[in-house]
Amino acid sequence: MPSVTFISHDGREQEVHVPVGTTVMHAAIDNGVSGILADCGGACSCATCHCFVDETWTARVGGADEVEAQMLDFVIDPQPNSRLSCQITITDELDGLVVRLPASQF
Amino acid sequence: MNSEHAVIVGASHAAGQLGASLRQGGWEGRISIVGEEAIAPYQRPPLSKAYLAGEKHSDELLIRPATFYEKSGIDLVLGSRVTGLDCRAKTVTLHDGAIIPYSKLALTTGARVRTLSLPGHDLDGVFYLRDLADVDSIRGFVGPGKSAVIIGGGYIGLETAASMRKLGMEVTVLEALPRVLQRVTAPEVSAFYSRVHGEEGVRIITDAAVDSLEGSGSIESVKLADGTSLKADIVVIGVGVMPATELAEAAGLAVDNGIVVDEFARTSDPDIVAAGDCTNHYNPIYDRRLRLESVQNATDQAKTAASTLCGKLEAYHALPWFWSDQYDLKLQIAGLSQGFDRVVLRGRSDSGRSFAAFYFSGDRLLAVDAINKPKEFMMVRRALTTGMTADPGKLADEAVDIQQAFA
Repeated sequence: MPSVTFISHDGREQEVHVPVGTTVMHAAIDNGVSGILADCGGACSCATCHCFVDETWTARVGGADEVEAQMLDFVIDPQPNSRLSCQITITDELDGLVVRLPASQF
Repeated sequence: MNSEHAVIVGASHAAGQLGASLRQGGWEGRISIVGEEAIAPYQRPPLSKAYLAGEKHSDELLIRPATFYEKSGIDLVLGSRVTGLDCRAKTVTLHDGAIIPYSKLALTTGARVRTLSLPGHDLDGVFYLRDLADVDSIRGFVGPGKSAVIIGGGYIGLETAASMRKLGMEVTVLEALPRVLQRVTAPEVSAFYSRVHGEEGVRIITDAAVDSLEGSGSIESVKLADGTSLKADIVVIGVGVMPATELAEAAGLAVDNGIVVDEFARTSDPDIVAAGDCTNHYNPIYDRRLRLESVQNATDQAKTAASTLCGKLEAYHALPWFWSDQYDLKLQIAGLSQGFDRVVLRGRSDSGRSFAAFYFSGDRLLAVDAINKPKEFMMVRRALTTGMTADPGKLADEAVDIQQAFA
């Protein structure tokens, strides 16, 4: 199973393994990774699953669509590599993905 | 692990969050979640949307997988109904007579559907929509070309109508009031939803009085008071919910349109907290008591309740927010519009599929209904949380960046 590594705002790393097809948001929630809230459960409605995609992965992960991009304008400390983790689905190509988590979701 | 035992009654959205937050907050004793349904806490919002439309599997609805509860040391006691609560002995009784002692109790019993006692309500093919099992049953009656009559033009009814159109069904929505969503939105928003549902092929009948549900064994038609008869292979009734307070009431806890809790989610019993749809609580932003039916409230109030049980009092002060997905419409609501005396529109509601309705009481912004306008939703959520004020003239002008309309 592909791995995803979450790095908290204070540098703690947590590597989890999840089946292909899982979203990065679910990878965090299912494994008790704190720092992702995901209040709406993945409907791209709440912007509480904000993450920063590690620079070495941004090209493979791709960018946000228009709705997601508009939501990202209003998260705390938006960056060019900001994404909503519920909108990133794990594939074999994303095995080893590294994402960083913000200090706060709102 | 110490000998304390936190028992959470109702395996709801709030329950899942409360259990997880208890562990995160340092609760070292046992945690048990007791639920009537045979499934771990799951997401209800997709039931009337992606799950009904067949786009999601039930496994995908789980808020957290079963393994999460195992790893966190949270016992799931599923398929069990709590029938009694003894606050003095500090025990709950299950339907099979088992007695579970608790040190702390959390009531996350949610809400039950409001029912109609129409003639024919017990025919096959007549459903309410609240639980996973309801939708599993409904799914046996759906299919291309079949006719559905939805009773109730609220969010559940309209979402169900949209999902059934996706499945290729003929759909009629009956609303008793003069407009759909009348109790929760401005006339402009109601008119917008009526128009889009019409464009998508749904027939909406307002001021509809249902006389009876007709059929022999199974539903065949719905008869209105004016004599109209509507063919129906399935009827779904969505006319609101009531807080599930029976257990609290029988145990002598204070109940007044929901289980009465303070800002720390405490009930009138010091060892019992409550969270989610079942509670009646004070909201400091609107300075009044509320009973909310939402995931946001279930999640946020559950966190407050868990903190309280862990000995850290953190007052609940969250801004209510909601969402509803129908067709290509993403509606996001921030705040509560009740009591508004003016609506400011940003974008057109009478054409297209994207606009925002800002609700004011005097100069004070109360809420926004943002349809395919995520920026407006996010901005209002921030503004209402931090106490910013809004300029109605700038809000109405789409040429002005939304952030410039707030100070």
